[in-house]
Amino acid sequence: MGNLLTLTTFIPLVGAAILALFLRGDDEPAQRNAKWVALATTVATFIVSLFIYGQFDPSNTDFQMVEEAEWLLGLQYKMGVDGISVLFVMLTTFLMPLVIAACWDVKTRVKEYMIAFLILETLMLGVFMALDLVLFYLFFEAGLIPMFLIIGIWGGVNRIYASFKFFLYTFLGSVLMLVAMVAMFTDAGTTDIPTLMNHEFGSQSFSLLGIQIIGGAQTLMWIAFFASFAVKMPMWPVHTWLPDAHVQAPTAGSVVLAAILLKMGGYGFLRFSLPMFPVGSEVMGPLVLWLSVIAIVYTSLVALVQEDMKKLIAYSSVAHMGYVTMGIFAVNQQGIDGAIFQMISHGFISGALFLCVGVIYDRMHTREIDAYGGLVNRMPAYALIFMFFTMANVGLPGTSGFIGEFLTLMGIFQVNTWIAVIATTGVILSAAYALWLYRRVVMGDLIKESLKTISDMTTRERAIFAPLVFMTLLLGVYPAPVLDAIGPSVQALVADYETSVQAFNAANQFAAN
Amino acid sequence: MIASDLSIVLPEIILSLYAMSALIAAVYTSKDGQAPLLTWATAGMFVLMGVFIAIDGGGTNVAFGGMFVDDGFARFSKVLILLSAAAILLMSEGYMSRRGLLKFEYPLLVALAVVGMMVMVSAGDLMALYMGLELQSLSLYVVASLRRDSVKSTEAGLKYFVLGALSSGLLLYGASLTYGFAGTTLFSGIIEAVSTDVSLGLLFGLVFLIAGFAFKVSAAPFHMWTPDVYEGSPTPVTAFFATAPKVAAMALFARVVHDAFGGVVGDWQQIVALLSVVSMFLGAIAAIGQTNIKRLMAYSSIAHMGFALMGLAAGTAFGVQAMLIYMAIYVAMNIGTFAFILSMERDGNVVTDIRALQSYSTKEPLRALAMLVLMFSLAGVPPMVGFFGKFYVLRAAYDAGLGWLAVLGVIASVIGAFYYLRIVYYMYFGEETDALDGKLPPVLWVACIGSAFVLAIGWLPGVNLFGIEPAAAAAAATLVQ
Repeated sequence: MGNLLTLTTFIPLVGAAILALFLRGDDEPAQRNAKWVALATTVATFIVSLFIYGQFDPSNTDFQMVEEAEWLLGLQYKMGVDGISVLFVMLTTFLMPLVIAACWDVKTRVKEYMIAFLILETLMLGVFMALDLVLFYLFFEAGLIPMFLIIGIWGGVNRIYASFKFFLYTFLGSVLMLVAMVAMFTDAGTTDIPTLMNHEFGSQSFSLLGIQIIGGAQTLMWIAFFASFAVKMPMWPVHTWLPDAHVQAPTAGSVVLAAILLKMGGYGFLRFSLPMFPVGSEVMGPLVLWLSVIAIVYTSLVALVQEDMKKLIAYSSVAHMGYVTMGIFAVNQQGIDGAIFQMISHGFISGALFLCVGVIYDRMHTREIDAYGGLVNRMPAYALIFMFFTMANVGLPGTSGFIGEFLTLMGIFQVNTWIAVIATTGVILSAAYALWLYRRVVMGDLIKESLKTISDMTTRERAIFAPLVFMTLLLGVYPAPVLDAIGPSVQALVADYETSVQAFNAANQFAAN
Repeated sequence: MIASDLSIVLPEIILSLYAMSALIAAVYTSKDGQAPLLTWATAGMFVLMGVFIAIDGGGTNVAFGGMFVDDGFARFSKVLILLSAAAILLMSEGYMSRRGLLKFEYPLLVALAVVGMMVMVSAGDLMALYMGLELQSLSLYVVASLRRDSVKSTEAGLKYFVLGALSSGLLLYGASLTYGFAGTTLFSGIIEAVSTDVSLGLLFGLVFLIAGFAFKVSAAPFHMWTPDVYEGSPTPVTAFFATAPKVAAMALFARVVHDAFGGVVGDWQQIVALLSVVSMFLGAIAAIGQTNIKRLMAYSSIAHMGFALMGLAAGTAFGVQAMLIYMAIYVAMNIGTFAFILSMERDGNVVTDIRALQSYSTKEPLRALAMLVLMFSLAGVPPMVGFFGKFYVLRAAYDAGLGWLAVLGVIASVIGAFYYLRIVYYMYFGEETDALDGKLPPVLWVACIGSAFVLAIGWLPGVNLFGIEPAAAAAAATLVQ
């Protein structure tokens, strides 16, 4: 099949079109049909994407299954995957059926809800497969539209504020990237990502408005891309949109946001910042490392004092993303392997945690930690699942959370011991807030009157968690499927990076002499 | 000699003859009774002329000793002007006849204004330029105050007239300075005069000319008339103001700075870039507080003119191409948006407050969706076609070394995104209220849904913006050698 990637990307869009054109009415059967069509579409997408995984050859570090077509203005429609992106594609297709299943109880405007998620899936898959700058930007930005609507229409009480903040914050981050893309287009004469990766952007230092810019154009472009990805990631101090968006978004929206959308930032660093602007990354890297440790420690402390469960998990996401940026900008095999692994594993774990919150929110309609307590007495299955994912979030060995954190810490230790030491305290802090949350919600005596009639998880809910538990455990005890797939690509990336940085340093020394 | 000259201006002659004979015929027959028929006939004439110009020959033809230039650039602009004017006329027919506004003068005045615009974009001489501009402007002043018994409408017409006269004065002053220092009114003569060195007088002339054009395209800081005129005029007239005259004025702007002052790009680039920045920011910020959708669209058009000027500021052929593409996309977006605005009514009364759109999406899902697409396109969010318009002008500006302009432009576009989002917010997240109950007649339906559809799919590989890119490139190539 020559156009497997395009097929995978656009199956959800076709499903959305079918829903939009052929499904009428908003009564009970119509709602059920909408859900089943959406579920079938996402499952079909997942099955087709398994062929991508099957055809993918890890030992080949080039882009594979590449498709090309002419587009306007000398741009191209070009799709392809390599070791870095293929797992994100799989993560997306794997999680989407679970997301659809998680919103089974939505009652308002079900058809539109399903359409929004299906369109969002197409756009997310496009982000991970696009091999043209503008095509990437198009998918990257377009994803804001359905997410804006998901938060704004189906969100919580304060949804308007959250949706506007989400949209404008991320939009502002990305437009500077657009200007940098225009600059790259002019400089290299192409928007083809593989070509740009081999293109050397100017790294001559110059002075702008009286400020000496070390690394020159590369540093400026790096900063423009960083503005976008750091907001998306999100990194401290531009993370403030995330807790708002998470708290107000419906459960399924939170899952998509935490599990997939945040990964676009990390993917962007790996796809653009490191390979295209190695000198810029080298110049700015220490800053990112320090921002990452601040994020790990600071947001963990902030998570400790939260009274809203979703907000607590949102801050915990920011902290975990700190490990990811730290691993990426350690720029060695372990660091980047660990960062990608952490992103994949965080996709399962944080998604599951938001689903856990959703389970009790659907029953009690509150996310206040104080409103709960002693749930273990009435919900043993729930207590078990929640325990498992709390432990995975903490990074207990045997779960996938451990591997990611361990590899990133190992990677950073080789680069900067101090940062590694401070970052490790984050592991302890995460244990503190996660276990304390668990104790307050699940353990203890069941004394609250309103909780006396709460029911345990339904079969549907258990079915949603089963694959997540399976993946978290599998990757925790046998990480090879992930590490083997990404290894060679990461190795090539690190090697290219070091060559470029050495050339830059040699040139600088030559100039200094 | 004269025969070949006349054949070059044939479309303009046919249109003027049509307008005058239709005027006489209507006066001597049933007057307003024929108005709907005349509206359709005029729109038909526009389409006919548009097709005629589009398929009629190529190359550059010069008539009347250089006063009238018919080249690829003029043809592209004329086709855009004619088609958008035809669309607006068709959209206004139902709305105006229901409110008793459909006088037979309306389509004929629009036809005369369009003739003026066609002369403007083909002008090769300062005299021809002024003739075209005044024919257009005088017709528009009258059309603005079409609702004779409404204070707001007559006020709009008067304001437009007074400020328009001021801008014409500035322009004339610039033209006379240019003539005095260059010794000729022909663009081809001026460009020779400025190729050696620019005297201070010519520079002054250029500045005054640009100030006059900035008035016509409503670029800040010469924008003050726009919100009031947009608000006061009947909505179909507002829709007309937002489309064809903007294209004509922008094309004229490009024609003068390139044909007459193409040798001294550096001298006007700074001015145009400044106009662009100020317009983008003013349009983005001033619209935040607006709740009247017509005023909001006025500020929106100011911001969009800022982006189009960004392409012009590049001073290159690619810049002109980007500007033409931007204007084409802008017109498409405005036709759809105004078709929607024309349908905004409750119990037969016109509603212009955007808060009335609360919960619109539950009542009219399709129309709300079309408006959503239009709003995101106006905001320049991909994948809507509006984004590609911005991409072209950003690229043109960056290539010309105006990186700072590109950066400021994207920041302004984020600020501007807020008020487009706010309309989406009212439609989709708002509380349940009395919904609007305006019907969407077939013409408006086609204009609104069709434009949204075009903007949503125009970027697809294979559709490629419906082929306007190569057309605009060819047009720009004839203007900038």
